[in-house]
Amino acid sequence: MIAGVIRLITGATARWVGCAPEAKQRIYFANHVSNLDFPVIWASLPRELRRRARPIGARDYWQPGPVRRFLATRVFNAILIDRTGFTAANNPLVAMEAALAEGSSLIIFPEGKRAREDEDNPFKPGLWHLAKKRPDVELIPVHLANLNRILPKGEVVLVPLLASVTFGEPIAPLAGEDKPTFLDRAQRAVADLAER
Amino acid sequence: MNTALRDPELQAMVGVVVGVLLAGSIAGAVLRRTVKGESGARTVANLVARVRAWWLMVAIFLGALALGRGGAVALYGVISFLALREFISVFNTRFADHRTLFWCFFVAVPAQYWLVYDGWYGLWSIFIPVYAFLFVPIRSALRGDSRDFLARCAKIQWGLMACVFCLSHAPALLDLRIPGYEGESAKLLFLLVMICQLSDVMQYVCGKLFGRRKIAPNLSPSKTWEGFVGGVAVTTGIGAALWWATPFAPWQAAAFALLICLLGFAGGLVMSAIKRDAGIKDWGDLIGGHGGMLDRIDSLCFATPVFYHLVRWGFTG
Repeated sequence: MIAGVIRLITGATARWVGCAPEAKQRIYFANHVSNLDFPVIWASLPRELRRRARPIGARDYWQPGPVRRFLATRVFNAILIDRTGFTAANNPLVAMEAALAEGSSLIIFPEGKRAREDEDNPFKPGLWHLAKKRPDVELIPVHLANLNRILPKGEVVLVPLLASVTFGEPIAPLAGEDKPTFLDRAQRAVADLAER
Repeated sequence: MNTALRDPELQAMVGVVVGVLLAGSIAGAVLRRTVKGESGARTVANLVARVRAWWLMVAIFLGALALGRGGAVALYGVISFLALREFISVFNTRFADHRTLFWCFFVAVPAQYWLVYDGWYGLWSIFIPVYAFLFVPIRSALRGDSRDFLARCAKIQWGLMACVFCLSHAPALLDLRIPGYEGESAKLLFLLVMICQLSDVMQYVCGKLFGRRKIAPNLSPSKTWEGFVGGVAVTTGIGAALWWATPFAPWQAAAFALLICLLGFAGGLVMSAIKRDAGIKDWGDLIGGHGGMLDRIDSLCFATPVFYHLVRWGFTG
């Protein structure tokens, strides 16, 4: 029901242009512009896929308020990670690998934070490490359109425009490809979906 | 039930519409069994989806009319909101327009329809062309971002005018007091919508049957001269034949029907140009087989205000 409400508010339509909505283990990685981003990707997955997909959220945003905490942990089944002060104990990759090991799919935002208008945040290396550790898991680029206009960073009111979620072709590190090249290619794969 | 639907003349017209839809449903069912080839099957599937959507739209429209003025105003308010949403969604606005858009959706749309419901002609007829027109650039300018400023404001203003202001004249038809026609104006609204939509359908049908020469291949490849002339002629004839349900003489009914057809065609053409400009084929996928809300009402946006003002000018006491 919550998925239905999210789809109604954001008018989100899912477009599977590069892959089918199959129940494979996957990492969906997307551009990040709004607090609605992961709820929208989560809501636009078919029910069976949604039940097995765990979004990665920032602990500093989703932990404090009771409503947010309820949504994050009970509804979205999110993995909350720390964005600062990494130690060996709270390394976000450990939690993500554990979730992959139990068979879940992940929804991640490799930019690490929401981009404001005209802002460009390069992908953080987590995606590369996950790809190297678990080559059997498909990496699916996802492009979110219009969410920066529905609820942009720095705004508190919603504008009811129509969002769209585009799922592209899986990508994987090529033989001999180094980390920056792969991350750059992955980020471009997301951006290119805007034109599809 | 409101008196509007007890009007035997309205009931007669509803009966005809239901008959046409029944014929469409039966034709779709028969064609589905007999059609050959893949493109034929696609056309039939689209026809079936369109007819099904028509049933739903007719039911919603009549349901709103049955609730009286409030129902009609609320229905058009919702349609305007959804149409504006589709319109603004395809154009780029910037962060600086966020609050402007918030006001447009959540204040301007309800306010316009509340004023129509209130019957305050002197204000609703200028609210968007004057006050919203000025508000949009002021609110966006306050955020101090000049990039594409005029284009951003113009798109928002255009959306408000076409999707909200023009369309809001439709429920206002119910308020027109025409001597000898008191309490019957629901039929005018019904006829306007029916002729507009019928004209679209007839142009589509005539175009599919006889269409050869394209009118505007760069804007809308499906519009042909044969479809246009045939559709407009048939619809004008039907409009004239329904003069008994209007306060008009037969020739006046024909003239109004022709006017609605021509403006409806122009509306479709202009909206096609805008869609092309934005690089899209349909405004959305809200209505199965038809596209988005705006794909269905583009002709009404243009025909409604002119029809309203001509009737108001020529026929109210």
